[in-house]
Amino acid sequence: MSAIDPEDLQQHRSYLVRYAILQLRDPHLAEDAVQETLVAAIEGRDKFSAQSSLRTWLVGILKHKILDMLRRRAREPQLNVAEGEDENELVDALFKENGRWAAPPQTWNEPEQSMENTHFWEVFEQCNQRMPLNTARAFMMREFMEMSTEEICQELSISTTNCWVLLHRARLALRECLDINWFGNVR
Amino acid sequence: MLDCKHNTELLSQSLERRITWRERLAMRMHLMMCRGCRNFEKQLAFIRKAARELPRKL
Ligand SMILES: [Zn+2]
Repeated sequence: MSAIDPEDLQQHRSYLVRYAILQLRDPHLAEDAVQETLVAAIEGRDKFSAQSSLRTWLVGILKHKILDMLRRRAREPQLNVAEGEDENELVDALFKENGRWAAPPQTWNEPEQSMENTHFWEVFEQCNQRMPLNTARAFMMREFMEMSTEEICQELSISTTNCWVLLHRARLALRECLDINWFGNVR
Repeated sequence: MLDCKHNTELLSQSLERRITWRERLAMRMHLMMCRGCRNFEKQLAFIRKAARELPRKL
């Protein structure tokens, strides 16, 4: 007998959709990825061992589905909007000609406490949404899906150096966005 | 002398790879003298921590 009931799967659905949206940034694609995940879960339910949590197991499947989806998208050039992204603008705005900060980062007040505040997570997600597509994807693969830099380079077919550049831009952009929209450091 | 722009790149890369002792030295020297970059270093660590916490906050 299978250890999982399709009804249990449905309970995790909305969580999985939110997870997928953060990585794919497209609600329709996210729905598709979750649909495929649930089908795969039902078909492969014998592989689920009750020792692990159902959600963890489902997220594991979902991660693969998300990567499949990104790979399929990458093969459709007309949909690859990431090409024309000019992200140097941000970096240029943050530093002066001589390489010093245009406006040096100020201290953040009680950052750890923010993590207990639901509104903080809304701001965090919004800041993530505002990043250019490829930058956000690389960052979320690294930090949210906890993939290694090597895996990300392979997925995005970019060099290691480019991968570092993307991750760095993402961190600069997120820092800037949180600074203004959460920590209230007005410029 | 390392400038802030390159120092932030190194701080970010130190989350991705083992940086050389020479790089680490240059970074530490810069950080000693630059409050902006010291704040940035702490904020970088916080951003990683927060992003890794996000799956539990959905
Ligand atoms: Zn500096």
